Amino acid sequence: MNTPNLPARQVSHVAIRETTSWYEASARERVRLLVDAGSFEEFIGPEQRETSPHLRVFDLPEQFDDGIIVGRGKIAGASVFLAAQEGRFMGGAFGEVHGAKFTGLLRAARDMKSIPVFILFDTGGVRLQEANAGELAIAEIMRALIEARAAGVKVVGLIGGRAGCYGGGGLIAGCCSALAISEQGRISVSGPEVIETNRGVEEFDSRDRALVWRTMGGKHRRLLGSASAFVDDTIASFRNVALHLITSAPGFDVSMLEVEQAGLEERLERFGACSDAMDIWRAMGISQAEAVPAMDAQDFIALMNSDREQQHDDQ
Amino acid sequence: METLSYRLTTQQRAGGSKSVALLGVVASGNLEVLVERVLPDMECQVEVKTAAEGFAAVWMAVVADFVERRSPGGLKLSINDGGARPDTVALRLAQAVRLIEEDDR
Repeated sequence: MNTPNLPARQVSHVAIRETTSWYEASARERVRLLVDAGSFEEFIGPEQRETSPHLRVFDLPEQFDDGIIVGRGKIAGASVFLAAQEGRFMGGAFGEVHGAKFTGLLRAARDMKSIPVFILFDTGGVRLQEANAGELAIAEIMRALIEARAAGVKVVGLIGGRAGCYGGGGLIAGCCSALAISEQGRISVSGPEVIETNRGVEEFDSRDRALVWRTMGGKHRRLLGSASAFVDDTIASFRNVALHLITSAPGFDVSMLEVEQAGLEERLERFGACSDAMDIWRAMGISQAEAVPAMDAQDFIALMNSDREQQHDDQ
Repeated sequence: METLSYRLTTQQRAGGSKSVALLGVVASGNLEVLVERVLPDMECQVEVKTAAEGFAAVWMAVVADFVERRSPGGLKLSINDGGARPDTVALRLAQAVRLIEEDDR
Protein backbone atom coordinates (compact mmCIF):
# COMPACT_ATOMS: atom_id res chain seq x y z
CA MET A 1 0.00 0.00 0.00
CA ASN A 2 1.15 3.47 -0.81
CA THR A 3 0.36 5.12 2.51
CA PRO A 4 3.67 5.95 4.18
CA ASN A 5 3.85 7.40 7.68
CA LEU A 6 0.14 8.00 8.17
CA PRO A 7 -1.24 7.71 11.70
CA ALA A 8 -3.18 4.47 12.27
CA ARG A 9 -6.61 6.04 12.16
CA GLN A 10 -5.92 7.66 8.79
CA VAL A 11 -4.80 4.33 7.39
CA SER A 12 -8.09 2.80 8.50
CA HIS A 13 -9.96 5.78 6.99
CA VAL A 14 -8.25 5.12 3.65
CA ALA A 15 -8.89 1.38 3.88
CA ILE A 16 -12.59 1.84 4.68
CA ARG A 17 -12.90 4.30 1.79
CA GLU A 18 -11.57 1.63 -0.59
CA THR A 19 -14.14 -0.97 0.42
CA THR A 20 -17.28 1.03 1.24
CA SER A 21 -20.03 0.97 -1.38
CA TRP A 22 -21.26 4.43 -2.38
CA TYR A 23 -24.71 2.97 -3.08
CA GLU A 24 -25.03 1.37 0.35
CA ALA A 25 -23.56 4.27 2.36
CA SER A 26 -25.66 6.98 3.98
CA ALA A 27 -25.07 10.60 2.92
CA ARG A 28 -23.16 11.18 6.15
CA GLU A 29 -20.86 8.20 5.55
CA ARG A 30 -20.22 9.33 1.97
CA VAL A 31 -19.17 12.78 3.14
CA ARG A 32 -17.07 11.48 6.06
CA LEU A 33 -15.16 9.02 3.88
CA LEU A 34 -14.88 11.22 0.76
CA VAL A 35 -12.90 13.95 2.54
CA ASP A 36 -9.58 13.70 4.40
CA ALA A 37 -10.02 12.11 7.83
CA GLY A 38 -11.64 14.44 10.34
CA SER A 39 -11.66 17.45 8.01
CA PHE A 40 -15.40 17.94 7.51
CA GLU A 41 -17.08 20.97 9.05
CA GLU A 42 -20.87 21.03 8.67
CA PHE A 43 -22.87 24.22 8.14
CA ILE A 44 -26.29 24.37 9.86
CA GLY A 45 -25.81 20.91 11.36
CA PRO A 46 -28.58 18.69 12.73
CA GLU A 47 -28.12 20.08 16.25
CA GLN A 48 -29.57 23.37 14.98
CA ARG A 49 -32.81 21.54 14.16
CA GLU A 50 -33.59 23.54 11.02
CA THR A 51 -36.34 21.13 10.01
CA SER A 52 -39.08 21.41 7.40
CA PRO A 53 -41.94 23.71 8.42
CA HIS A 54 -44.30 21.81 6.10
CA LEU A 55 -44.05 18.13 6.98
CA ARG A 56 -45.71 18.54 10.39
CA VAL A 57 -48.83 19.87 8.63
CA PHE A 58 -49.10 16.43 6.98
CA ASP A 59 -48.30 14.64 10.26
CA LEU A 60 -45.07 13.30 8.74
CA PRO A 61 -41.77 12.81 10.58
CA GLU A 62 -39.00 15.36 10.09
CA GLN A 63 -35.27 14.85 9.87
CA PHE A 64 -32.95 17.18 11.82
CA ASP A 65 -30.88 18.05 8.72
CA ASP A 66 -33.90 18.02 6.34
CA GLY A 67 -32.21 15.35 4.26
CA ILE A 68 -29.13 17.31 3.19
CA ILE A 69 -25.66 17.84 4.63
CA VAL A 70 -23.77 20.95 3.54
CA GLY A 71 -20.32 22.01 4.64
CA ARG A 72 -16.66 22.27 3.94
CA GLY A 73 -13.85 19.73 4.03
CA LYS A 74 -10.47 18.95 2.56
CA ILE A 75 -9.68 16.53 -0.24
CA ALA A 76 -5.98 15.74 -0.66
CA GLY A 77 -5.33 18.82 1.44
CA ALA A 78 -7.36 21.26 -0.66
CA SER A 79 -10.62 22.88 0.50
CA VAL A 80 -13.91 21.83 -1.09
CA PHE A 81 -17.55 22.59 -0.42
CA LEU A 82 -19.91 19.62 -0.28
CA ALA A 83 -23.68 19.15 -0.48
CA ALA A 84 -24.89 15.59 0.11
CA GLN A 85 -28.50 14.44 -0.19
CA GLU A 86 -29.81 11.56 1.90
CA GLY A 87 -31.79 9.42 -0.55
CA ARG A 88 -33.51 7.36 2.11
CA PHE A 89 -35.24 10.34 3.79
CA MET A 90 -38.28 11.13 1.63
CA GLY A 91 -36.40 9.92 -1.43
CA GLY A 92 -33.81 12.68 -1.02
CA ALA A 93 -36.44 15.13 -2.22
CA PHE A 94 -36.06 18.91 -2.29
CA GLY A 95 -38.06 20.89 0.26
CA GLU A 96 -37.82 24.49 1.45
CA VAL A 97 -35.05 24.08 4.06
CA HIS A 98 -33.21 21.40 2.04
CA GLY A 99 -33.16 23.78 -0.93
CA ALA A 100 -32.15 26.83 1.12
CA LYS A 101 -29.10 25.01 2.54
CA PHE A 102 -28.12 23.91 -0.99
CA THR A 103 -28.56 27.43 -2.42
CA GLY A 104 -26.64 29.01 0.46
CA LEU A 105 -23.67 26.71 -0.12
CA LEU A 106 -23.53 27.55 -3.83
CA ARG A 107 -23.75 31.29 -3.11
CA ALA A 108 -20.89 30.95 -0.64
CA ALA A 109 -18.86 29.16 -3.34
CA ARG A 110 -19.74 31.94 -5.80
CA ASP A 111 -18.54 34.62 -3.39
CA MET A 112 -15.35 32.74 -2.42
CA LYS A 113 -14.63 32.07 -6.15
CA SER A 114 -11.74 29.62 -5.54
CA ILE A 115 -13.29 26.63 -3.74
CA PRO A 116 -14.80 23.85 -5.89
CA VAL A 117 -18.14 22.26 -5.02
CA PHE A 118 -19.04 18.57 -4.94
CA ILE A 119 -22.73 17.73 -5.13
CA LEU A 120 -23.53 14.22 -3.92
CA PHE A 121 -26.90 13.79 -5.64
CA ASP A 122 -29.41 11.26 -4.31
CA THR A 123 -32.89 12.52 -5.08
CA GLY A 124 -36.25 11.73 -6.62
CA GLY A 125 -36.92 15.43 -7.26
CA VAL A 126 -39.20 17.91 -5.51
CA ARG A 127 -40.93 16.88 -2.26
CA LEU A 128 -44.63 16.72 -3.09
CA GLN A 129 -45.69 17.93 0.39
CA GLU A 130 -43.90 21.24 -0.18
CA ALA A 131 -44.03 21.37 -3.93
CA ASN A 132 -44.12 25.15 -4.49
CA ALA A 133 -41.21 25.75 -2.12
CA GLY A 134 -39.36 22.82 -3.68
CA GLU A 135 -39.84 24.04 -7.26
CA LEU A 136 -38.65 27.51 -6.25
CA ALA A 137 -35.65 25.88 -4.57
CA ILE A 138 -34.70 24.11 -7.81
CA ALA A 139 -34.79 27.41 -9.69
CA GLU A 140 -32.73 29.16 -7.01
CA ILE A 141 -30.17 26.35 -6.93
CA MET A 142 -29.75 26.38 -10.72
CA ARG A 143 -29.29 30.16 -10.70
CA ALA A 144 -26.77 30.00 -7.83
CA LEU A 145 -24.90 27.14 -9.54
CA ILE A 146 -24.58 29.03 -12.82
CA GLU A 147 -23.50 32.18 -10.96
CA ALA A 148 -20.85 30.14 -9.15
CA ARG A 149 -19.60 28.67 -12.43
CA ALA A 150 -19.58 32.10 -14.05
CA ALA A 151 -17.41 33.26 -11.13
CA GLY A 152 -14.91 30.52 -11.99
CA VAL A 153 -15.99 27.78 -9.56
CA LYS A 154 -15.94 24.13 -10.69
CA VAL A 155 -19.09 22.26 -9.64
CA VAL A 156 -18.85 18.48 -9.88
CA GLY A 157 -21.85 16.17 -9.44
CA LEU A 158 -21.40 12.63 -8.07
CA ILE A 159 -24.23 10.21 -8.81
CA GLY A 160 -24.53 6.65 -7.54
CA GLY A 161 -27.13 6.65 -4.78
CA ARG A 162 -30.25 4.55 -4.44
CA ALA A 163 -32.70 7.34 -5.29
CA GLY A 164 -30.78 8.23 -8.47
CA CYS A 165 -30.87 11.82 -9.71
CA TYR A 166 -34.38 12.64 -10.88
CA GLY A 167 -36.75 15.56 -11.38
CA GLY A 168 -35.17 18.90 -10.48
CA GLY A 169 -32.04 16.96 -9.47
CA GLY A 170 -31.64 15.97 -13.13
CA LEU A 171 -31.93 19.63 -14.16
CA ILE A 172 -29.33 20.72 -11.59
CA ALA A 173 -27.02 17.90 -12.71
CA GLY A 174 -27.29 19.27 -16.26
CA CYS A 175 -25.92 22.61 -14.99
CA CYS A 176 -22.78 21.11 -13.39
CA SER A 177 -19.26 21.49 -14.80
CA ALA A 178 -18.88 17.70 -14.88
CA LEU A 179 -20.60 14.55 -13.59
CA ALA A 180 -19.22 11.24 -12.36
CA ILE A 181 -21.62 8.30 -12.29
CA SER A 182 -21.53 4.65 -11.25
CA GLU A 183 -23.51 1.78 -12.77
CA GLN A 184 -26.13 2.12 -10.03
CA GLY A 185 -26.53 5.85 -10.73
CA ARG A 186 -29.43 7.08 -12.81
CA ILE A 187 -30.07 10.53 -14.28
CA SER A 188 -33.35 11.69 -15.74
CA VAL A 189 -36.00 14.33 -15.23
CA SER A 190 -39.19 12.25 -15.43
CA GLY A 191 -38.77 8.96 -13.58
CA PRO A 192 -39.90 5.58 -14.94
CA GLU A 193 -43.19 5.51 -13.01
CA VAL A 194 -44.00 9.07 -14.04
CA ILE A 195 -43.50 8.28 -17.73
CA GLU A 196 -45.57 5.12 -17.50
CA THR A 197 -48.37 6.92 -15.63
CA ASN A 198 -48.58 9.70 -18.20
CA ARG A 199 -47.81 7.89 -21.45
CA GLY A 200 -48.73 4.27 -20.80
CA VAL A 201 -46.86 1.01 -20.40
CA GLU A 202 -46.25 0.76 -24.16
CA GLU A 203 -44.18 3.93 -23.93
CA PHE A 204 -42.18 2.87 -20.88
CA ASP A 205 -42.57 -0.20 -18.66
CA SER A 206 -41.30 1.02 -15.28
CA ARG A 207 -41.14 -2.53 -13.93
CA ASP A 208 -38.66 -3.56 -16.63
CA ARG A 209 -35.51 -2.84 -14.60
CA ALA A 210 -33.17 -3.63 -17.50
CA LEU A 211 -35.00 -1.05 -19.62
CA VAL A 212 -34.83 1.53 -16.82
CA TRP A 213 -31.09 1.07 -16.38
CA ARG A 214 -30.15 1.05 -20.05
CA THR A 215 -32.23 4.20 -20.60
CA MET A 216 -31.29 6.22 -17.51
CA GLY A 217 -28.41 4.30 -15.88
CA GLY A 218 -24.76 5.18 -15.46
CA LYS A 219 -23.36 3.29 -18.44
CA HIS A 220 -25.76 4.87 -20.92
CA ARG A 221 -25.24 8.35 -19.46
CA ARG A 222 -21.49 7.89 -19.80
CA LEU A 223 -21.73 6.54 -23.37
CA LEU A 224 -23.95 9.46 -24.38
CA GLY A 225 -21.49 11.90 -22.84
CA SER A 226 -23.91 13.42 -20.30
CA ALA A 227 -21.56 12.13 -17.60
CA SER A 228 -17.87 12.76 -18.10
CA ALA A 229 -16.67 9.83 -16.00
CA PHE A 230 -17.82 6.33 -15.08
CA VAL A 231 -16.66 4.98 -11.73
CA ASP A 232 -16.78 1.80 -9.71
CA ASP A 233 -19.20 1.78 -6.78
CA THR A 234 -16.72 2.65 -4.02
CA ILE A 235 -16.16 5.92 -2.21
CA ALA A 236 -12.47 5.80 -3.18
CA SER A 237 -13.35 5.59 -6.91
CA PHE A 238 -15.65 8.58 -6.65
CA ARG A 239 -12.98 10.52 -4.76
CA ASN A 240 -10.22 9.81 -7.30
CA VAL A 241 -12.37 10.77 -10.26
CA ALA A 242 -13.81 13.85 -8.52
CA LEU A 243 -10.28 15.12 -7.89
CA HIS A 244 -9.45 14.66 -11.56
CA LEU A 245 -12.68 16.36 -12.73
CA ILE A 246 -12.01 19.52 -10.69
CA THR A 247 -9.05 20.23 -12.94
CA SER A 248 -10.28 18.74 -16.24
CA ALA A 249 -13.86 20.11 -16.27
CA PRO A 250 -14.47 22.99 -18.65
CA GLY A 251 -14.88 26.55 -17.44
CA PHE A 252 -18.02 28.55 -18.16
CA ASP A 253 -18.25 30.95 -21.07
CA VAL A 254 -20.02 31.46 -24.39
CA SER A 255 -17.67 29.25 -26.39
CA MET A 256 -18.19 26.34 -23.97
CA LEU A 257 -21.97 26.76 -24.28
CA GLU A 258 -21.68 26.79 -28.08
CA VAL A 259 -19.62 23.60 -28.06
CA GLU A 260 -22.18 21.95 -25.77
CA GLN A 261 -25.10 23.08 -27.95
CA ALA A 262 -23.38 21.75 -31.08
CA GLY A 263 -22.79 18.44 -29.31
CA LEU A 264 -26.47 18.15 -28.38
CA GLU A 265 -27.57 18.96 -31.94
CA GLU A 266 -25.20 16.35 -33.31
CA ARG A 267 -26.47 13.78 -30.82
CA LEU A 268 -30.07 14.44 -31.86
CA GLU A 269 -29.16 14.14 -35.51
CA ARG A 270 -27.24 10.90 -35.08
CA PHE A 271 -29.50 9.12 -32.60
CA GLY A 272 -32.87 10.90 -32.79
CA ALA A 273 -34.48 8.01 -34.67
CA CYS A 274 -33.28 5.31 -32.26
CA SER A 275 -36.01 3.75 -30.15
CA ASP A 276 -33.80 1.99 -27.60
CA ALA A 277 -30.49 2.73 -25.90
CA MET A 278 -28.99 -0.39 -27.46
CA ASP A 279 -29.70 1.01 -30.96
CA ILE A 280 -27.72 4.09 -29.96
CA TRP A 281 -24.78 1.99 -28.75
CA ARG A 282 -24.76 0.07 -32.05
CA ALA A 283 -24.93 3.33 -33.98
CA MET A 284 -21.92 4.49 -31.97
CA GLY A 285 -20.02 1.51 -33.31
CA ILE A 286 -19.72 -0.37 -30.03
CA SER A 287 -19.07 -3.92 -31.20
CA GLN A 288 -20.47 -5.73 -28.17
CA ALA A 289 -23.53 -3.55 -27.54
CA GLU A 290 -25.53 -6.50 -26.16
CA ALA A 291 -22.81 -7.18 -23.60
CA VAL A 292 -22.77 -3.66 -22.17
CA PRO A 293 -25.53 -4.05 -19.53
CA ALA A 294 -23.92 -7.13 -17.91
CA MET A 295 -20.35 -5.85 -18.20
CA ASP A 296 -18.63 -5.25 -14.85
CA ALA A 297 -17.36 -1.80 -14.00
CA GLN A 298 -13.68 -2.48 -14.77
CA ASP A 299 -14.44 -3.95 -18.20
CA PHE A 300 -16.74 -1.05 -19.00
CA ILE A 301 -14.11 1.49 -17.98
CA ALA A 302 -11.62 -0.39 -20.20
CA LEU A 303 -14.13 -0.26 -23.08
CA MET A 304 -14.55 3.50 -22.62
CA ASN A 305 -10.77 3.97 -22.58
CA SER A 306 -10.19 1.86 -25.70
CA ASP A 307 -13.00 3.78 -27.38
CA ARG A 308 -11.27 7.04 -26.51
CA GLU A 309 -7.95 5.77 -27.87
CA GLN A 310 -9.79 4.84 -31.06
CA GLN A 311 -11.09 8.41 -31.36
CA HIS A 312 -7.57 9.76 -30.82
CA ASP A 313 -6.27 7.43 -33.55
CA ASP A 314 -9.02 8.64 -35.88
CA GLN A 315 -7.92 12.22 -35.31
CA MET B 1 -47.26 12.12 15.25
CA GLU B 2 -46.74 11.45 18.91
CA THR B 3 -44.16 13.09 21.17
CA LEU B 4 -42.72 11.22 24.17
CA SER B 5 -40.14 12.35 26.72
CA TYR B 6 -38.18 10.41 29.31
CA ARG B 7 -35.67 11.62 31.89
CA LEU B 8 -33.70 8.98 33.79
CA THR B 9 -30.84 8.74 36.27
CA THR B 10 -27.76 6.81 35.12
CA GLN B 11 -24.98 4.88 36.89
CA GLN B 12 -22.16 6.82 35.26
CA ARG B 13 -21.16 9.44 32.73
CA ALA B 14 -20.90 8.41 29.06
CA GLY B 15 -17.28 8.15 27.84
CA GLY B 16 -15.55 10.26 25.23
CA SER B 17 -15.46 14.01 24.69
CA LYS B 18 -17.45 14.68 21.52
CA SER B 19 -20.32 17.08 22.12
CA VAL B 20 -22.67 15.97 19.36
CA ALA B 21 -23.27 12.95 17.11
CA LEU B 22 -25.98 11.88 14.69
CA LEU B 23 -26.83 8.39 13.57
CA GLY B 24 -29.46 6.83 11.34
CA VAL B 25 -31.96 8.07 8.79
CA VAL B 26 -35.69 8.79 9.04
CA ALA B 27 -37.26 6.25 6.72
CA SER B 28 -39.96 3.62 6.95
CA GLY B 29 -38.99 1.26 9.78
CA ASN B 30 -35.92 3.34 10.60
CA LEU B 31 -35.02 6.30 12.82
CA GLU B 32 -32.38 8.92 13.49
CA VAL B 33 -30.82 9.62 16.87
CA LEU B 34 -29.20 12.99 17.64
CA VAL B 35 -26.97 12.77 20.72
CA GLU B 36 -25.88 15.90 22.58
CA ARG B 37 -23.72 16.08 25.69
CA VAL B 38 -25.67 18.80 27.49
CA LEU B 39 -26.89 17.31 30.79
CA PRO B 40 -25.41 16.77 34.27
CA ASP B 41 -23.16 13.65 34.38
CA MET B 42 -25.68 11.27 35.94
CA GLU B 43 -28.73 12.25 33.93
CA CYS B 44 -30.10 11.13 30.58
CA GLN B 45 -32.99 12.44 28.56
CA VAL B 46 -34.70 10.78 25.60
CA GLU B 47 -37.08 12.80 23.42
CA VAL B 48 -39.06 10.85 20.82
CA LYS B 49 -41.13 12.08 17.89
CA THR B 50 -42.72 9.06 16.28
CA ALA B 51 -45.00 8.43 13.32
CA ALA B 52 -46.39 5.30 15.01
CA GLU B 53 -48.84 6.38 17.71
CA GLY B 54 -49.85 4.39 20.79
CA PHE B 55 -46.58 2.65 21.65
CA ALA B 56 -45.56 4.70 24.71
CA ALA B 57 -45.28 1.60 26.94
CA VAL B 58 -42.94 -0.14 24.47
CA TRP B 59 -40.78 2.99 24.14
CA MET B 60 -40.55 3.25 27.94
CA ALA B 61 -39.36 -0.38 28.14
CA VAL B 62 -36.77 0.03 25.35
CA VAL B 63 -35.44 3.31 26.79
CA ALA B 64 -35.21 1.91 30.36
CA ASP B 65 -33.34 -1.16 29.08
CA PHE B 66 -30.98 1.05 27.06
CA VAL B 67 -30.16 3.31 30.03
CA GLU B 68 -29.59 0.25 32.22
CA ARG B 69 -27.18 -1.35 29.72
CA ARG B 70 -25.27 1.67 28.36
CA SER B 71 -25.41 4.21 31.21
CA PRO B 72 -25.50 7.24 28.87
CA GLY B 73 -24.93 9.85 31.62
CA GLY B 74 -24.89 13.48 30.49
CA LEU B 75 -26.52 12.76 27.13
CA LYS B 76 -29.69 14.07 25.60
CA LEU B 77 -30.95 11.81 22.82
CA SER B 78 -33.47 13.22 20.37
CA ILE B 79 -35.20 10.75 18.08
CA ASN B 80 -37.13 11.20 14.85
CA ASP B 81 -38.82 7.88 14.23
CA GLY B 82 -40.32 6.54 11.02
CA GLY B 83 -42.00 3.58 12.72
CA ALA B 84 -38.96 1.45 13.60
CA ARG B 85 -39.39 -1.84 15.47
CA PRO B 86 -38.17 -2.00 19.10
CA ASP B 87 -35.08 -4.05 18.19
CA THR B 88 -34.07 -1.45 15.58
CA VAL B 89 -34.59 1.33 18.14
CA ALA B 90 -32.41 -0.50 20.69
CA LEU B 91 -29.69 -1.01 18.07
CA ARG B 92 -29.68 2.63 16.94
CA LEU B 93 -29.57 3.92 20.55
CA ALA B 94 -26.55 1.72 21.27
CA GLN B 95 -24.84 2.77 18.00
CA ALA B 96 -25.50 6.44 18.72
CA VAL B 97 -23.87 6.26 22.16
CA ARG B 98 -20.91 4.38 20.71
CA LEU B 99 -20.54 7.11 18.07
CA ILE B 100 -20.36 9.96 20.61
CA GLU B 101 -17.98 7.94 22.80
CA GLU B 102 -15.43 7.18 20.06
CA ASP B 103 -12.62 9.48 18.94
CA ASP B 104 -13.23 11.96 16.17
CA ARG B 105 -12.38 10.46 12.83
